[in-house]
Amino acid sequence: MRIVDTKQIGECVTRLALIAGRRITNSCRAALEDARARETGAARYALDTVLENADIAGREEMPVCQDTGMSVVLLEVGQEVCLAGELLEDEVNAGVRRAYEEGCFRKSICDPLTRVNTGDNTPAHVHVDIVRGDHVRVVYLPKGFGSENMSRLYMLTPAQGRAGILDAVVETVRLAGSRPCPPVVVGVGIGGCFDSCALLAKKALTRELGTPNPREDVAQIEREALIKINELGIGPQGFGGKTTALAVHCELAPTHIAGLPVAVNIQCHCVRCEEEVL
Amino acid sequence: MKKLTLPLSPDDVLSLKAGDAVALSGVIYTARDCAHRRIFELLDADMPLPFALKGAFIYYAGPCPAPKGKASGSCGPTTSARMNSFAPRLLDLGLGGMIGKGEMSEEVRAALVRNRAVYFAAIGGAGAFYGNAVKKSACVAFADLLSEAVYRFEVEDFPLVVAMDAHGGSIYAR
Repeated sequence: MRIVDTKQIGECVTRLALIAGRRITNSCRAALEDARARETGAARYALDTVLENADIAGREEMPVCQDTGMSVVLLEVGQEVCLAGELLEDEVNAGVRRAYEEGCFRKSICDPLTRVNTGDNTPAHVHVDIVRGDHVRVVYLPKGFGSENMSRLYMLTPAQGRAGILDAVVETVRLAGSRPCPPVVVGVGIGGCFDSCALLAKKALTRELGTPNPREDVAQIEREALIKINELGIGPQGFGGKTTALAVHCELAPTHIAGLPVAVNIQCHCVRCEEEVL
Repeated sequence: MKKLTLPLSPDDVLSLKAGDAVALSGVIYTARDCAHRRIFELLDADMPLPFALKGAFIYYAGPCPAPKGKASGSCGPTTSARMNSFAPRLLDLGLGGMIGKGEMSEEVRAALVRNRAVYFAAIGGAGAFYGNAVKKSACVAFADLLSEAVYRFEVEDFPLVVAMDAHGGSIYAR
């Protein structure tokens, strides 16, 4: 048994949020540089601007994008860990609050009906998985909503199968068009049920960009979907071009014999995701 | 890149074609979802607006708070399509145009042509880049909306691409 104070987790959230808000991941930068080399005209100009922006944000400690996102905090807690201190969610929210104040990040969370802003970007969306071991893994994903708004959930039939999955993924990106800040990253959940499928899609976005799913049949769906998406021609910012998506990541879970849920979670070109193991 | 200073003359507007790169300087006003709702409430009640619409440019954006020593925090564009239902009426009332990101509707395209106005695209996600191009910022209305309030920005060489022009052209047409 290992005792971990929830305060440590909250402090970790502050650290990760401050880093994530101000930088795109290395794999995202590499993918954007590759895309830039392929594009011409307005599409290339857009990618040049985005890369220059990442440099400015790093140098001047500014948020990469003004949409510093809804705070998605994915926690893996080893079952040998005993959590001590204040309520876990309270400490996570305190961590978010500190980072958004200190970092001059935008506070983007509001009541869904009155639209009154909570003023500190809380509550975070916290998800906890209990796993083997005595560690706590904290993944912080500031999720922008220009892209989140373009996400979709399909409840396909088993007969629609693999072709149906590909159609759903490509259709989601086609309908999103220029709106989610392409080139996008596409997180796909396949299987599970209505809600767990969507969570799979979100978790797929936290995978290091371009790392294929270890299952070859799934990796093949990722590759095929990426080719079809890039044939759409939407291009960076919707200005037309070869790069509409940087990557497609699929995650799977067993599902019911009657169904085939597919969730498609869209991420803009600003991939910001940080993690730490305590 | 073509340099333009606000307010734009009718000739300036008519010279712009979808796909042109421009560097825009002058005064623009931020407004996004909630601010548009408030502006429409004022219009419906025949009350004065926070800024004169005639020839003005609205920037669909909600800035980060300004850090010490800067006029604005990061401030790139938000998705313009969410303002599809608002833009035509404002254009008919004299709005000079908008700045945002992503395609807008056919109704907006018709309103741009009808009113000889222009819609510029800023590069989405380039928040730090655009924030630094804001030289002065002041909240002029709806301060309770925080980042969604209306800010009066003085911008210098704001790099934009003509997204939808006054002739019906669109960079998003495929």
